[in-house]
Amino acid sequence: MQLLNTLYVTTPDAYLRLDNDTLRVEVGQDTRLRVPLHHLSGVVTFGHVMLSTPLMHRLAEEAITLTLLDANGRFKARLEGPQSGNILLRQAQHRRAAEMAFALMTAHACVAGKIRNARQVLLRGAREAKSESERAQLERGGNDLAASLRALPGAIDLDTVRGLEGEAARQYFARFNLLIRPDRRDAFHFDGRTRRPPRDRLNALLSFLYSMWTSDCRAACEAAGLDPQLGFLHVVRPGRPALALDLVEEFRPFADRLALSLINRRQIDTTSFVEREGGAVLLEGDARRDIVVAFQERKQEALQHSLFKEAIPLGLMPLVQARLMARAIRGETEGYLPFVFK
Amino acid sequence: MESPDPIPISALQHWRYCPRQCALIHLEQAFDDNLHTARGNALHARVDTPGAETRAGCRIVRALPLWSDRLGLSGRADVVEFLPDGTPYPVEYKHGRRRVRDFDELQLAAQAICLEEMTGRSVTEGALFYAGSKKRRPVRIDTTLRQAVEDCTAAIRSTFAAGRLPPPVNDERCRECSLRDRCQPEALAIPEQQRQLLARLFEVDE
Repeated sequence: MQLLNTLYVTTPDAYLRLDNDTLRVEVGQDTRLRVPLHHLSGVVTFGHVMLSTPLMHRLAEEAITLTLLDANGRFKARLEGPQSGNILLRQAQHRRAAEMAFALMTAHACVAGKIRNARQVLLRGAREAKSESERAQLERGGNDLAASLRALPGAIDLDTVRGLEGEAARQYFARFNLLIRPDRRDAFHFDGRTRRPPRDRLNALLSFLYSMWTSDCRAACEAAGLDPQLGFLHVVRPGRPALALDLVEEFRPFADRLALSLINRRQIDTTSFVEREGGAVLLEGDARRDIVVAFQERKQEALQHSLFKEAIPLGLMPLVQARLMARAIRGETEGYLPFVFK
Repeated sequence: MESPDPIPISALQHWRYCPRQCALIHLEQAFDDNLHTARGNALHARVDTPGAETRAGCRIVRALPLWSDRLGLSGRADVVEFLPDGTPYPVEYKHGRRRVRDFDELQLAAQAICLEEMTGRSVTEGALFYAGSKKRRPVRIDTTLRQAVEDCTAAIRSTFAAGRLPPPVNDERCRECSLRDRCQPEALAIPEQQRQLLARLFEVDE
């Protein structure tokens, strides 16, 4: 399996067109970039980016997915050719979602993946902590998450699972400030998760990274032939990609780690954000581009998966997991196994 | 009652290679290109254009649609040569060299059975043309091959009707398979390993 590139276009008013077998990005009169189509698995545009219909036809033909996001990275639309989608699998997915035991087992697995990976973030922070008291607090956080993990199999309905998940998230984020370098804590202070809109810089950064991961998970569900809107842990709501949200849970700690390294390595700064009247905090245009670049680089990193012999690039992991989800739904395996980072 | 959709002749070859590959392609509509399939496509671009010509008293027809209502098969022949007496003689184009296993013969036999039903003439021979060696090899359509086509078609039909994928083989075949990533043979071939990992999911490793 080859990790092909996703082209992210964040420049407002860029125009994308087909030029023989390449995609050409123009801004005004300038050609900024030419990419051969066979190097691409997807094109993602943020906000006001234009593209030609011949390009759209060709992308559909080559099964290169086109995803339109708004300027803040929220999903707007997707174009895909006739290749994917599988009625038998979707039918099985709908049956499984109505099967309480299966839905509960899958929800347990998704949350367990998230908690395990989140716990690794805290334990790593503990190993790198500068002070004894911070180390102790982070370890205590790790213990709290371990307790939530152990409690999961005993959760006998979905609301209880969601409650445990929420509690684990609170415990985790309560320690999040300790993962930020002390000299960066004035600029990046975390006081609980806020979204729609995010109300501090860290939340703005996390929201942006989560929405890119969710977008990748949604694309992965669709590529695997699954219905991204019907989940097991997440409640169905119009327009909500519930299955992509189930799948993204285990990947959120990877977004968190990227956010932390962007802050701790000073790759983003207070100038990367704009604060709107009333307190909403948004990412500034150039910062979005830098984050997308960092995200793309991180996706090249190959990690060991417990079920495969070879290390797999992080960017392919959502697709690997979506296919495992499809297999679990089809009854080929005894349940969904999340990707767990050691 | 709705009659079942005919099985594509190409499915026989896929089934013979790996039943799971066959089901992935025809049941889950999965298709990924790799080097082998890309070579096959390039070769078939030449023979896939419908047309006919006459050479040495033989009418040569390309990309001819084929079917058998009796077996519920349908497909297309790369080339069918109609001998001067009207007997059809199917020729199947293959990239590479002659392969060890008998998938190609099976496909040719299925074509012959279709041509018999369509023309009412008996087809006792066809040929495989290997683009790699540019060699043409005649194949007798004998009773063993005919029986293999019948058995294989029946097995495919019952798998398709059940709508379930056969388990992965996870052997040397997988290395050459374009559907390896979708199939996940490594991950699924050892259910025991998966079961253990699932069972330990809620345990804390220190």
